[in-house]
Amino acid sequence: MSPTRQVQDPAKRAMLLTALYIAQEQYGHLSEEAIQRVSARLGLSPTEVLSTASFYTLYNRQPSARYRIQVCAGLSCHLCDGAESLERQVRQKLGLAEGQDRTKDGRFSVETVECLAACDTAPNLRINDELFARLSPEATDALLDRLMKE
Amino acid sequence: MFEKVLLRNAGVPGSERIDVYLSRGGYQALPQALARTPAELIDMVKRSGLRGRGGAGFPSGLKWGFMPTDPAITKYVCVNTDEGEPGTFKDRQLVEQDPHQVIEGVIITSYAVGAHRAFVYIRGEFFDGMKRWVKAIADAYERGYLGRDILGSGYGLDLSVHRGAGAYICGEETAMIESLEGKRGQPRKKPPFPAQAGLFGRPTLVHNVETLCNVPHIVQRGPEWYAGIGTPKSTGPKIFCVSGHVNRPGNYELPLGAPLREIIFEHAGGVRGGRAIKAVIPGGSSTPMLTPDQLDTPMDFESLAQAGSMLGTGAVIVIGEGTCMVDVTRRIARFFAHESCGYCAPCRVGTRRLAETLERVETGQGRPGDLDLLAGLCEGIQGRTFCPLGDAAAAPVRRSLELFRGEFEAHIRSAC
Repeated sequence: MSPTRQVQDPAKRAMLLTALYIAQEQYGHLSEEAIQRVSARLGLSPTEVLSTASFYTLYNRQPSARYRIQVCAGLSCHLCDGAESLERQVRQKLGLAEGQDRTKDGRFSVETVECLAACDTAPNLRINDELFARLSPEATDALLDRLMKE
Repeated sequence: MFEKVLLRNAGVPGSERIDVYLSRGGYQALPQALARTPAELIDMVKRSGLRGRGGAGFPSGLKWGFMPTDPAITKYVCVNTDEGEPGTFKDRQLVEQDPHQVIEGVIITSYAVGAHRAFVYIRGEFFDGMKRWVKAIADAYERGYLGRDILGSGYGLDLSVHRGAGAYICGEETAMIESLEGKRGQPRKKPPFPAQAGLFGRPTLVHNVETLCNVPHIVQRGPEWYAGIGTPKSTGPKIFCVSGHVNRPGNYELPLGAPLREIIFEHAGGVRGGRAIKAVIPGGSSTPMLTPDQLDTPMDFESLAQAGSMLGTGAVIVIGEGTCMVDVTRRIARFFAHESCGYCAPCRVGTRRLAETLERVETGQGRPGDLDLLAGLCEGIQGRTFCPLGDAAAAPVRRSLELFRGEFEAHIRSAC
């Protein structure tokens, strides 16, 4: 260790995940400015903050869509006609082309996520922080219709 | 019929509230525990035969015994609520429906190992669970079950919740410790084990939620009662999470050693559409599959090891006849490729190559040497990584290739 390197305060460092959540909530996503502020507050280099943030999937470097749809790709959902089939249905309904993960108006984004630990109610998806369970194709259709009209 | 222990309050209206927990006999083990010495409690847990419910099945009493007894040494207890093993949804239910049962377990455990500070690490996706934890902890403080001088015993404990941010690997105890310290969740090299140097370099005991839920019952009803449930080496009740092609997916609490057949047919209502079973994953997607002729396997640590698999988290995923096993294997491999933390090359590269190759085979782009390539990749990963994720990724692929080789070969000729 070089003598010029500052010794980190472990208690401050331990606040990093929480601080990133707070910054994300305030800025909408982890922008350059958000990262800078967190690093200044906790006495960490921006690179270190970014390195940690990039390890976790719940931190967004880009602004989120109003409705962030996360389709559970877990095996149990997959076996219950969810996962990829559900994702296909959602993408089709929203008119998303291959490789496109956000609607043109920026209101909806679609992605798959790993097992949401709700296998008893498969198939599942999450919209923002809410879990939608036991989704038949009809229920998915109705759910999206409702959101698209809003 | 087996009388539920861990899920006895689940489904009772308002079961998450402290008053309901108290009215159903909750927090009665705590004063009994505080009246005993820590050494007596460690001995009780040892005699009960309790083993970790997070996947590894390590004897809990032994783990407690590894913690230094010197009161001058600061020690920590961590509650692992980072449930992420595909197919598993028991800890989420325990926390959402009976958080005080977990808290009572944490207090007794912390007292037994001499910790005055405990941390809950909860999976970032568990929004409701997080709220339940926060409320339950606040209520426990208010009633004097947490804080200084608990129930006038002179013993004090502080408990707080910390939210993860989306990384399966943080369920591994040293990765969880790194994450609690605000770092990337990369597993540490062992030794030193957490009991020697864990969180902030202090001796740390990490337990799974379900494991901790057993503790108050062992104290209250005695280790002999507990050891009488299950098999001689796999004692106590276990929550089996049943999902996949069954009529009644859900959490079923049964004694360890309950036959797989009984769990699937009597409790989970059998296979949907009356189909035959093609394969069963017995303990979460990192455990190798079993075949229909193995349905009489008792669901305990030893019997499953003998059957060439593992009890894991007790997450039973039932796969019905007519399911493409190349597709199932591909899905499992993709999970591990996504969740590899990237630290060890065999895991980082190996899991990617497994997923890519299986994707190719599944979509009919397979090449003649692909099955040997897959087997070789498994060989190159297993036993060559820091943490168990590498083994967890390779073992199910390997088993699947052995069991359904014909299907894989047919896929290389043309996709299904």
